[in-house]
Amino acid sequence: MSDKEELKKTSVGEPEEKENKKKKTSYISAKDSRRITKFNRKITKKLERDREQAGRNPAAYTTKMRDPNNVVEFDNMCTYFFSDVGTVKAVDGISFDVPKCSTVGVVGESGCGKSVTSLSLMQLLQRPAGQTVGGEIRLNMGDGTALNIVNTPIDKMQELRGNYISMIFQEPMTALNPVFRIGRQVNEVIELHNPDMTEEEVKARTLEMLELVGIANKEGVYQMYPHELSGGMRQRVCIAIALACRPGLIIADEPTTALDVTIQAQILDLLQNLKDKINSSIMLITHDLGVVAGMADYVVVMYAGRVIEKGTADDIFHHPAHPYTIGLMKSKPVVGKKVDELYNIPGSVPNPVDMPNYCYFRDRCEMHCEHCSGKYPPEIRISDTHVVSCYRYYETGEILGYPKTVDVEELLKPKNQEGEGMNNG
Amino acid sequence: MAEKTIQTHDAYSADLFKDAEKNPENLVVVKNLKKYFPIKSSFFKLTVGNVKAVDGVSFVIKKGTTMGLVGESGCGKSTIGRTILRLIDKTEGEVFFNGKDVFKLSKRELRHARPDIQIIFQDPYSSLSPRIPVGEIIGEAVREHNIVPKEEYDDYITRVMEACGLAEYHKDRYPHEFSGGQRQRICIARALALNPDFILCDEPVSALDVSIQAQIINLLRDLQKQFGLTYLFISHDLSVVEHISDTVGVMYLGNLVEYAETDKLFSKPLHPYTKALFSAIPVPDPDYKMNRIILEGSIPSPANPPSGCKFHTRCRECMEVCKYCAPDFIEVEPEHYCACHLYDSPERQAELGKVMEEQKRAEQAAEAGQK
Repeated sequence: MSDKEELKKTSVGEPEEKENKKKKTSYISAKDSRRITKFNRKITKKLERDREQAGRNPAAYTTKMRDPNNVVEFDNMCTYFFSDVGTVKAVDGISFDVPKCSTVGVVGESGCGKSVTSLSLMQLLQRPAGQTVGGEIRLNMGDGTALNIVNTPIDKMQELRGNYISMIFQEPMTALNPVFRIGRQVNEVIELHNPDMTEEEVKARTLEMLELVGIANKEGVYQMYPHELSGGMRQRVCIAIALACRPGLIIADEPTTALDVTIQAQILDLLQNLKDKINSSIMLITHDLGVVAGMADYVVVMYAGRVIEKGTADDIFHHPAHPYTIGLMKSKPVVGKKVDELYNIPGSVPNPVDMPNYCYFRDRCEMHCEHCSGKYPPEIRISDTHVVSCYRYYETGEILGYPKTVDVEELLKPKNQEGEGMNNG
Repeated sequence: MAEKTIQTHDAYSADLFKDAEKNPENLVVVKNLKKYFPIKSSFFKLTVGNVKAVDGVSFVIKKGTTMGLVGESGCGKSTIGRTILRLIDKTEGEVFFNGKDVFKLSKRELRHARPDIQIIFQDPYSSLSPRIPVGEIIGEAVREHNIVPKEEYDDYITRVMEACGLAEYHKDRYPHEFSGGQRQRICIARALALNPDFILCDEPVSALDVSIQAQIINLLRDLQKQFGLTYLFISHDLSVVEHISDTVGVMYLGNLVEYAETDKLFSKPLHPYTKALFSAIPVPDPDYKMNRIILEGSIPSPANPPSGCKFHTRCRECMEVCKYCAPDFIEVEPEHYCACHLYDSPERQAELGKVMEEQKRAEQAAEAGQK
């Protein structure tokens, strides 16, 4: 009886303790706040200077692809945001490839770093607060060389955007400018990248693009404003703008989230067909596993800024290995499959400012073992194409290496010396 | 003559659930509900047309069950919900709640009825006031309606919060301190605190992540079992609707095109639109052969809907009749209602054939007159 009473007491006492802990972590004193702001100013200044230096020297941002059949390779890329509450490690050492003429699906919850990954690739991060602090993003230029996007200067980047990589955004309502006609908005892209084209040629090209994306009334739509079109039509226009210069890689950031099921089917079909027509790759960012299954050849599952599992669509959907992926599959209701209660992953994502040093998923994981309290798990290859970050496969799989992360405090010190060394030299 | 068709069509829908409100098992009865939004001209504010957001919808929700309502955006799902709650006025038709006509209640009676009918909104970020602590958000209406005596008030709020998976110490916090899933729990607690019979869930999970979605859906189901609640669950996510609902209504452009029990509807959809909708659901299995029926074009404007069957412009099995006569919402199989000419009885077909001929002739005459 007394035991039970004690139990009750502890169970009542627990929330209070938790509350105190929580308050401590979320509370920032004025002193801390000043320290963080000072540090942020210092480090962003430093990073911007480094970037400028690297941008002046083409050798610093020209590299070679590991595999010439890839369009883009991410290699331990880290993107951090230096915010007022501390350094947010939005993307922390991710590596994956986008092969030529294929679709790669990037899946994860909101806030897991999917969109930041794509913005880093386009160099569209909100600088100076958002910085790619480490690793490489290699873009295949097609002539045997590659560019490291991380250090590429802005004017060079402008040539790449549209011609090599382009992006379709989530909200077709906000991605188009409401005060310009559709024709002008598509023309703009073509004119910018082909300065020697005449006006008639540009218009002909625009109409051709509008026809390509399945707009029947192309002459009419050319003269219309975005508000006159429905959501599906607007998304088609956005796709036309993205494809106007035939890029090698299309980033589709949740292209169908704002659309209805029937329109979604139309747009996905269209994307799949166009990909084959202009021989490009698609990086499809979404949280809908159904969409990924229908479209993607390869799937990358992200959780809290890290890749936790990657492989072919068959690997991920038929043999999911990471507990998070398994949980994600089980928690989505599927038409035709009756379940009494949906599985739900307990808890929520850890605070991105203050990540634990063990596996990020351990506290929500039902399969965790004593290994899991150690270092963050390495990438483990469990079949030719299937790579997973989980200690459950530590003994059986081939260990590929740990994700490299950047210590921001360290970054400030040695790079200073390096910079001085370069100046001296 | 055209008017007569519409009348017979209307008569059909009005007769459908005759006296259903007298059955105490039926909590909500909606009969031929219409809601038009007038389009005003800038000149003299004259009404130049109507947006027919809801155009003759009838259904019945039994006590303790969940009805799912699916359809594309802009088809009038949310308008139905809001009209049932009398948040906006109706144009025509009747809504019965617990045997009483909602639109005949006086202001005072309506205020007494309000605690029984509650709503959970789609976006948990904008539906909670950022300036009020959570305890007050949940408790404000409880105090206002005197649901519990004053001395029990604090305990009651704590109990409600615990039932929704919130802890007592959350009371003094503000909405911005919570994640999306937690906020949706607050919204559910706010609705539940008034001890309602009926909760309208207007896309409660579409703003949430998959793993959080599962938590909220499970919570809604548990609460239903615990308190015997009745839900009207509005969503465009068919897999969620299939999971949570007992009956499902499919809407297209202001009309209910099909209404049946969930199992029946998903195993054997009758209406061509329902078939197309179901074939478009993405299935998380790469080997699954998609046999999509792709609908051409997009949903027509509800201000100027096509004549006859509203779906005929995009329908695969469009017939001559569909262009002239609106289909009746009939009971094709027991408890399986569908509005499509494919399932008309031979007598009705003959009737409609005559009407169609006359309409055609009238049109031709009009054209000739113009020339």
